[in-house]
Amino acid sequence: MPSLPDMTTPNVAELARDQGGQGPRDVLAETPELKPALFEWLCRMGDSTLVLGHRLSEWCGRGPALEEDIAVANVALDLIGHTQMWLGLAAEVEEGGRSVDDLAYLRDVMRFRNIKLAELPNGDIGRTLMRQFLFDAWHHLMLERLVQSSVTEVAEIAAKALKEVTYHLGRSSDLVIRLGDGTAESHARMQEALDLLWPYTGEMFTGDAVDETVAEAGVAPRPEDLRAAWTALVTEVLFEATLSVPENGDVHRGGKQGRHTEHLGYLLAEMQFLQRAYPGAEW
Amino acid sequence: MVTKTLPDTATVWDWLAEVPDPEIPVISVTDLGIVRDVRWEGDALVVAVTPTYSGCPATAVINLDIETHLRSRGIDNVRLERRLSPPWTTEWLSEAGREKLRAYGIAPPVEGTGSDMASARAARLAGASNLVVTCPRCGSERTEKVSQHGSTPCKAAYRCAACLEPFDYFKCI
Repeated sequence: MPSLPDMTTPNVAELARDQGGQGPRDVLAETPELKPALFEWLCRMGDSTLVLGHRLSEWCGRGPALEEDIAVANVALDLIGHTQMWLGLAAEVEEGGRSVDDLAYLRDVMRFRNIKLAELPNGDIGRTLMRQFLFDAWHHLMLERLVQSSVTEVAEIAAKALKEVTYHLGRSSDLVIRLGDGTAESHARMQEALDLLWPYTGEMFTGDAVDETVAEAGVAPRPEDLRAAWTALVTEVLFEATLSVPENGDVHRGGKQGRHTEHLGYLLAEMQFLQRAYPGAEW
Repeated sequence: MVTKTLPDTATVWDWLAEVPDPEIPVISVTDLGIVRDVRWEGDALVVAVTPTYSGCPATAVINLDIETHLRSRGIDNVRLERRLSPPWTTEWLSEAGREKLRAYGIAPPVEGTGSDMASARAARLAGASNLVVTCPRCGSERTEKVSQHGSTPCKAAYRCAACLEPFDYFKCI
């Protein structure tokens, strides 16, 4: 039996050179000081999709309706697919001998760089959908900008992911509107979810030195640059959903720097159990 | 020592047309349009494959099937390469592939309904979709979407109001 080719960690730099673009090695050869920030930034992207993807997978087999159960699992699958690409590139940039799986399964909680919004518990399906909508709106805007990234692989991953995230955003906006503008019960639950999650949204638009370095190099936009478009999009949908937009969104941050809520450790304990208990186990 | 003649790439493409998609076995990987390039590098055959959806679990199986099939045809040195760009869209599906899907009971993607954000938003805000998906069983256009997401990442769940049968729609990306 032939061995399963390892398609999650391709030599993307070689591929980019074939296509005449700038691979991460070319970019890092020109600006070697970019390396730690680029690695950090790629982990932020990959960890946010990984943690949110894992959260969504917790619904598998427990959705409120068969169609929703399948939909949530499909979105989770897309996000974990994006993770393989982001963390795969991070592993390549790091050149530290760690694989994409090592990054996902063998880092402890303080090494995770996802935004806090992604790690918050699912709550009911309404809260899960509200969290998804707030994230999807940012994710879509971010990927639209990343298609122009100065690093070829980042642009390629973004172009691939954008197509899928367009579906995610369509679905989550639709359901937020239907549940917000639904029954008194569903409306109340959606408003409660929005009030709870809103204070975590500011982190998506708060940059630090890492963001500044990658923005300077043309890898990604500054987080602040997405805020106006995100607010416009989100406000429009929430208005349709007859929900009131809470005031202060800039309260809980620090996830991107490794300061997490108490919830992430439990999530990792479950997600990483197999590799921790049986190191190197493969399917 | 015996020197083997390497088959030309056109022959390899023919062989690849024999490898079925693991989830939808009526179409081949070439019908699906996911094989991007076949080339020889010395005596190594390099096959570039693009994923349909980035998290599709069938991707690993497809790669294994391609490699196994090419080995059974006598090619010992096969290397598979993931190619992300340009990203796969349903337009890569061959005409033959579309018809095979329909005959199998899966509505093929409807042209011109790529999911760009502007049209998706317009459709959502208008509360309707102008997408007409024809029932693969009875041909009726009186169909409705049950869910954007179906049994695999590439499919949506539909039902026909004429023959009342549920069916899968191979959705545009």
